[in-house]
Amino acid sequence: MMAVDYKELKKGGFMRMKQKDCFSMRLKSVGGHFTAAQLATVEKVAEKFGKGYVHLTSRQGIEIPFIRLQDIPQVKEELHAGGVSVGVCGPRVRTITACQGAATCPSGLIDTVHLANEFDKRYGGRELPHKFKFGFTGCHNNCLKAEENDFGVKGGVEPRWSQDACTYCGVCEAVCPEKAITVKADENTVAIDRSRCVYCGKCIKSCPMDAWQGESGFVVSFGGLYGNRIAVGRHFLPIIFDEEKLYEVVDTTLKFFEEHAKPGERFGTCLDRVGWDLFIKEVEVVIHG
Amino acid sequence: MADGMKTDANVDITDVVCPMTFVKVKVALEDLNDGQVLGVHLNDGEPIQNVPRSLKDEGHKVLSVRKAADDTYDLIVQKNGLAQ
Repeated sequence: MMAVDYKELKKGGFMRMKQKDCFSMRLKSVGGHFTAAQLATVEKVAEKFGKGYVHLTSRQGIEIPFIRLQDIPQVKEELHAGGVSVGVCGPRVRTITACQGAATCPSGLIDTVHLANEFDKRYGGRELPHKFKFGFTGCHNNCLKAEENDFGVKGGVEPRWSQDACTYCGVCEAVCPEKAITVKADENTVAIDRSRCVYCGKCIKSCPMDAWQGESGFVVSFGGLYGNRIAVGRHFLPIIFDEEKLYEVVDTTLKFFEEHAKPGERFGTCLDRVGWDLFIKEVEVVIHG
Repeated sequence: MADGMKTDANVDITDVVCPMTFVKVKVALEDLNDGQVLGVHLNDGEPIQNVPRSLKDEGHKVLSVRKAADDTYDLIVQKNGLAQ
């Protein structure tokens, strides 16, 4: 029998198990969405080729353990016929994670599902010096933990107040988790301390008169790690409102990673070594021109 | 009650946590007619951050908010006030 190319198998989402010639097969997931029909396919394959169970991964994926080496071609075929793709592993853009976002969540400020799919189309599986993770979370509640990712995107909104509609009821001051808003009903004034605002949008979503409005945008964090080494992704850019601008920032980030990282070096570790300032300067050019 | 505003009913939700906070408010609003006002006594933190948003989502209008000395809040809410 030919030597097994484990690296190639891993690239195609087959994770070697302790048990000889057995693999845990990673399925492709974008933002953790699977259709009922896809799940039916997964069920069938797990019953027929695995041990009748699946493992839900930490990044919203599904793995089917105990797939035998000789069954791999047939497993791939049956999955493909049932609308399920195999995932990726190794030094490349990994599973893109997302919360359910603005499409369904009352707190959501950005369409995380759309973004995750668009990012997957543009960057999914791209070869890089090491693994690279994108994660999307719809709002400041951060259910999807944006800062764990090499590149995290969090929905935010910059609130603007308009005097005409305001009844000075005080609800915005009460709901603001950062105590950034001060309402003085007797003086008919509302003040916001911009340095304290975290773009959560609670003032906008609570205001009964829609006196608070604002445009939603993307709050980006860089260099997060949550494995062998733990580092919180850093924020240094202003909120980005234009989706195309966001892609320019990604392109610059991935180019920087390709040019500066050693093989097997994570993005955050690379930045620590070559200097964050160098990277910040390049990204700021994208933002400010 | 806050601002000395007259309320048609009052509900204290300081004894429950999310999501029962809003459930209690909804039940209290059920007994009122459109345009009538409910006083809601609630805690700082999650309740005050979330209950006003849920009220707005369901079309009820917060008329006033007052913070008490013990860090609780009193809301005055008009049933279906946003539809009028």
